[in-house]
Amino acid sequence: MATLVQLGSGRKDAALAALRATLRRLEGPGRAAAGVAPTGFDAIDRMLPEGGLARGALHEIVGEGADRAASSGFAIRLLVGLAVQGPVLWCLADPDLYGPGLQRLGLAPDRLILARTRRDADLLWAMEEGLKTPGLAAVLGEPYRLDLTASRRLQLAAESVGGLGLVLRPADGGKATAAVTRWRVASAPSALPVPGQEIPRDFGLMRGRWQVSLERCRGAVPTGEQGYGHWLVEEDDAARAVAVAQELGDRSGASPARRQIA
Amino acid sequence: MLAAVDPAAALVGLAPGMSVADARARVPELRLVDADPAGDAKALADFADWCSRFSPWTSVDGPDGIWLDVTGCVPLVESEQALAQDLVARAARLNFAARAAVADTPGAAWAVARYDDLPASSIRVLAPGEARKALAPLPVAGLRLSPEITQDLRRLGLKRIGDLYGMARAPLTPRFGEAVARRLDQALGLVEEPISPRQPIMPRLVRRILAEPISTADAIEHGLVQLMALLCRQLEEEGLGARHLELACFRIDARVERIGVGTSRPSHQPDHLARLLTEKIGEIAPGFGIEVMQLRVLAVEPMAPRQLGLDAKADGGAVAPLVDRLANRLGARNVLRLIPENSHLPERAARAVSVLDDRHRDKRPQDWPVARPRPIRLLAHPDPIEVMAPVPDDPPLMFRWRRIPHRVRRAEGPERIALEWWREPEAGTDGIRDYYRVEDEAGRRFWLYRRGLYRPETAPAWFLHGFFA
Repeated sequence: MATLVQLGSGRKDAALAALRATLRRLEGPGRAAAGVAPTGFDAIDRMLPEGGLARGALHEIVGEGADRAASSGFAIRLLVGLAVQGPVLWCLADPDLYGPGLQRLGLAPDRLILARTRRDADLLWAMEEGLKTPGLAAVLGEPYRLDLTASRRLQLAAESVGGLGLVLRPADGGKATAAVTRWRVASAPSALPVPGQEIPRDFGLMRGRWQVSLERCRGAVPTGEQGYGHWLVEEDDAARAVAVAQELGDRSGASPARRQIA
Repeated sequence: MLAAVDPAAALVGLAPGMSVADARARVPELRLVDADPAGDAKALADFADWCSRFSPWTSVDGPDGIWLDVTGCVPLVESEQALAQDLVARAARLNFAARAAVADTPGAAWAVARYDDLPASSIRVLAPGEARKALAPLPVAGLRLSPEITQDLRRLGLKRIGDLYGMARAPLTPRFGEAVARRLDQALGLVEEPISPRQPIMPRLVRRILAEPISTADAIEHGLVQLMALLCRQLEEEGLGARHLELACFRIDARVERIGVGTSRPSHQPDHLARLLTEKIGEIAPGFGIEVMQLRVLAVEPMAPRQLGLDAKADGGAVAPLVDRLANRLGARNVLRLIPENSHLPERAARAVSVLDDRHRDKRPQDWPVARPRPIRLLAHPDPIEVMAPVPDDPPLMFRWRRIPHRVRRAEGPERIALEWWREPEAGTDGIRDYYRVEDEAGRRFWLYRRGLYRPETAPAWFLHGFFA
């Protein structure tokens, strides 16, 4: 990508847009026509080359730590907007999703079809079947591991009918995949109501916060050495929608200033 | 005791029922094989099952016989003669010395097959109305009577079935019960005798006799697709959809391989149904080849549109087939949807039920409780945790879950949840739980509870129940 930027002289943006369109056409028949799904976070959508999560593609969400709460919470919030368009297939080994909690985040549990699988092979098969089914809003899977071959199969299945695939995986569950984007999500400590002023421990929970990084994004230009963008995401008072509190500067310090968004 | 003898043994005068010592005395070089009635019965049942390639009405008769009702089956083969010959020839290839008879009534066929002195592996087909004449010279044992009655009849000089034709019924009945008269009437077709089929008869069935035995998955799939097209046309004409289908493959070595699938809603789409079965073709062991394929519908439903619970307006009809495929491979109990339940107890307030389970259609999305914060993932069995809490009713300062310590930075609670009054509380738990939402130093949020009221004399039990996002 860096090379492309240097080649495109004065009319860099127009040239880039044209190249991207060509690339998308080359990438597969499903991709170009499939369109995008907004993530629900304006600041994040602005960073994505097509203004949202590409349909006809596989997206990967890497969770930090042992529990999958932060990464699945992020995924659920992505699904809130998607599930309006159709049912969502969620493939997992242990169906521990809790309806009241999903409903509270705005994802109606009756939009979900859960596929309980014992082995990754079954899980990936179910995901592939789902991705090839028109009418599903999204297919989400939680494999123990995901390798390049399996992810490529899923990517191809997603391209075939324009399905949207999400993979939730632990940080140690495989490295290189064919996913179009890779997100890393971790919990972050909530802020004090008044900065610098400590409050009693049992005062209650403040708004939840998460750190979201876009580590890989096909067709986008990295914002720094660390990847394509870092955001601190904070829930709003209704706990439903999530506001992007601030766009973090990339860790290399190249970004001139932190912009306040919400 | 001898249970059975082969033709050579019979020639030298051995017979079933003879004691082993007697038999050895006569034929010292006699070779004995242990009788295996259970194995025989199974082999016979398997063979009867396989015979359903000729007729869907088959049943096992006693320890050594099989009934086939071939009424109306002749169009499938050339003639009754050909059918019987084929059957016996195949049995012979499997080392069964079978005799077959075709007659108007089960009784007549039974008598002829067993008592007409047919050579091994031969057949006799009685023309319609020929039963009376054909049965006359046969021994009365051909009437399927108990050995005692047969013996009594012989003692009275009634040796042949024909001897009974002219007899008045009245004197027979007090002596032998009505069995003799009934069996005779059945054999002659004067009263109906239904054969109990091995499997309940289903009218919606298509079959294909293959010119050459097949054994590859591709060939089976090809046959399946053709059968499915036929079957679905039939279903469509009737306005019905299949809920349960079975493909039976009849192998040349007299075994039957069956695969079955269920669907989430009635369907007569050949592509969809064929695909469900195709995924199971791997379970079919073709052996030396499959010569007949038969596709049956075991359950049908009218094609009236049915609510799947999932909003069908956007799915373009493709989601139901997907659900079927998933259920087909993963098992119906592994394709789930979440339904709300009316319970205070968190783990009972939601349940995952099979998508194919029709019983919970009345549950509405608005039944989900949203008044209070609830975790997005809930442990089915709360995990015991070690907790440091300063004051009885305070949230914990620190807890250790799966050996990893978490310092509690923020906490909220308690939210007291009481068990339903009709549930018996565990001893010492008071039937209540005090739930806390806590956030650790990394910002992760957990749902913890203390079981029961605080009592100074016992250490409180703490559990981790769920995760917030």
